[in-house]
Amino acid sequence: MSQVGLSVQAMSEAIVVDGLMKRFGENTALDGVSFSVAEGEVLGLLGPNGAGKTTVVRILTTLLLADAGRAEVLGLDVVREADQVRGSIGLTGQYAAVDEYLTGFENLEMVGRLYHLPKAEARARAGELLDRFDLTDAANRPAKGYSGGMRRRLDIAASLIARPRVLFLDEPTTGLDPRSRLAMWEFIADLADGGTTILLTTQYLEEADRLADRMVVIDRGTVIARGTADELKAQVGGQRLELTVRSAESLPAMVELLRPLALDEPQADEQTRRLSLPVSGGAEVLAEALKRLDGHVREIVDVGLRRPDLDDVFLTLTGHAAEEAAPTDQPADEAVAAGSTR
Amino acid sequence: MTALALTVSDSLTITRRNLIKVKRVPDLIVFATLSPIMFVLLFRYVFGSAIPVPGGLSYAEFLLPGIFAQTVVFGSTITGASLAEDLQKGLIDRFRSLPMARSAVLIGRTLSDLCLNVLTIAVMMITGLLVGWRIHTSIGEAILGVLLLLSFAYAMSWVMAFVGLLVRTPEVVQNASFIVIFPITFIANTFVPIDNFPAVLKTFAEWNPVSAVVQGARTLFGNVVPGAPEPNGWALQNPVLYVFIWVAIFLAVFVPLAVRTYQRTASR
Repeated sequence: MSQVGLSVQAMSEAIVVDGLMKRFGENTALDGVSFSVAEGEVLGLLGPNGAGKTTVVRILTTLLLADAGRAEVLGLDVVREADQVRGSIGLTGQYAAVDEYLTGFENLEMVGRLYHLPKAEARARAGELLDRFDLTDAANRPAKGYSGGMRRRLDIAASLIARPRVLFLDEPTTGLDPRSRLAMWEFIADLADGGTTILLTTQYLEEADRLADRMVVIDRGTVIARGTADELKAQVGGQRLELTVRSAESLPAMVELLRPLALDEPQADEQTRRLSLPVSGGAEVLAEALKRLDGHVREIVDVGLRRPDLDDVFLTLTGHAAEEAAPTDQPADEAVAAGSTR
Repeated sequence: MTALALTVSDSLTITRRNLIKVKRVPDLIVFATLSPIMFVLLFRYVFGSAIPVPGGLSYAEFLLPGIFAQTVVFGSTITGASLAEDLQKGLIDRFRSLPMARSAVLIGRTLSDLCLNVLTIAVMMITGLLVGWRIHTSIGEAILGVLLLLSFAYAMSWVMAFVGLLVRTPEVVQNASFIVIFPITFIANTFVPIDNFPAVLKTFAEWNPVSAVVQGARTLFGNVVPGAPEPNGWALQNPVLYVFIWVAIFLAVFVPLAVRTYQRTASR
């Protein structure tokens, strides 16, 4: 019964991942990951470094064999029908895989030929994509001289040459400057509008918020949350009361004063001199808080209520922040987790 | 297209890509040909005066086939180092995610390195002619001599392709393989006659395929003294056949091994 249900579901799903397990020596990189992506959908696969995002992408793109579990792309099994899978996907990895000795045009033509496009079509597509990714001026220069952003654009162009129905973008904007990142976001949004199914991994929550229809959050090899950005935010809870103080020394006292109002443990950050606590209710909570802080009002720089963003979601779900810089307070954990994608 | 036609077309696409790099980075070709020229000159003029060759043959005539063999054997490390570089740069990941033939990256790589070998052998032959080396046999035999060198070089490329995919770091591929390649090119008849080697080394040299490549090339280019006594051992008495047996063994073992390793290899 369930078998029938699964295969019917597989018809309308572009990607199905079911119970994937993968170990690298002592490290468990994936511990039973399951999710699916509908055709035409953009799914954001989120998680801190070493959570297993890249491992999932590598299994789906036939680069790595899972120890257990099943994965299908467009109804094709990634192990048994690997070659057909390769014919219908595009992959842009974490590090721009372009041949630096070839020109931009030659790179695209080569990849087109290796997708078995006829020569004329490969060349036509190459020209088209160079134009679309603003690389026409650099088309005949070896990629060695390209900037990081240009290489990344060329890499994405290469993965699009055979018009794949499913595209895998593994941290497409990591290491890009803010302007290149914005441009990349526009390109990705265009692709999504064109109906391409996209699996996007990222550690930038803003990126996922902006591009993805739905998100799957993984940490240490398991899915810890899934849903739309709004659903995830709702999961964390309504409002947050935030205040910034003049001096970190006054934080502990304020935590004690405000604790009765908090739905969960207040979070105090001495470096940013900021205090954040989940609360319910609106302006009356704010008024109540200020009343409690009566004697300390001079120490407050800024106070307000705000809706949670994805960073709060991350912090609440995983106990640590998403971006690279943040988990420095748990270096040992991070090293072990990062080792697992190797 | 059939699977075979696809494999051929994918391999040629990769060959073309590798040759574009040779064209764009001329230093590669300059250094690949300069070092054999340097070897020819060093051995011819520095060691040549001190190394007596039996039968009154000039040292240049004796030396050049040895240099040819040494150069193509050393050159095979380029295959391994280039594949390791492609791995490091994530290009192998890209290729493995494409619907191309599984063997094409390796076939393309070994073919472009074969082209490079044709060029280096030509440069060395011209240098040899300038320092007194001559071909004394028919065109047919001379061509067979070149084919012998190229076949052994091609088989060595596949061995090094496998090593490159295992080792994954270009510098390590070069350094590690020289630990093996230096002894096999020097414990041979490459630069000196082997008659006075200590017994163990002599036996090794007599069965060393590099000795057979050199002996075969000397015979096919006519760089031997007419009427000289036959070398010891079956291998050196039938060098061409012995070399092709090694070529067949290398290819039969290392082509499948390298292709399998490629399929399972991931860059990180």
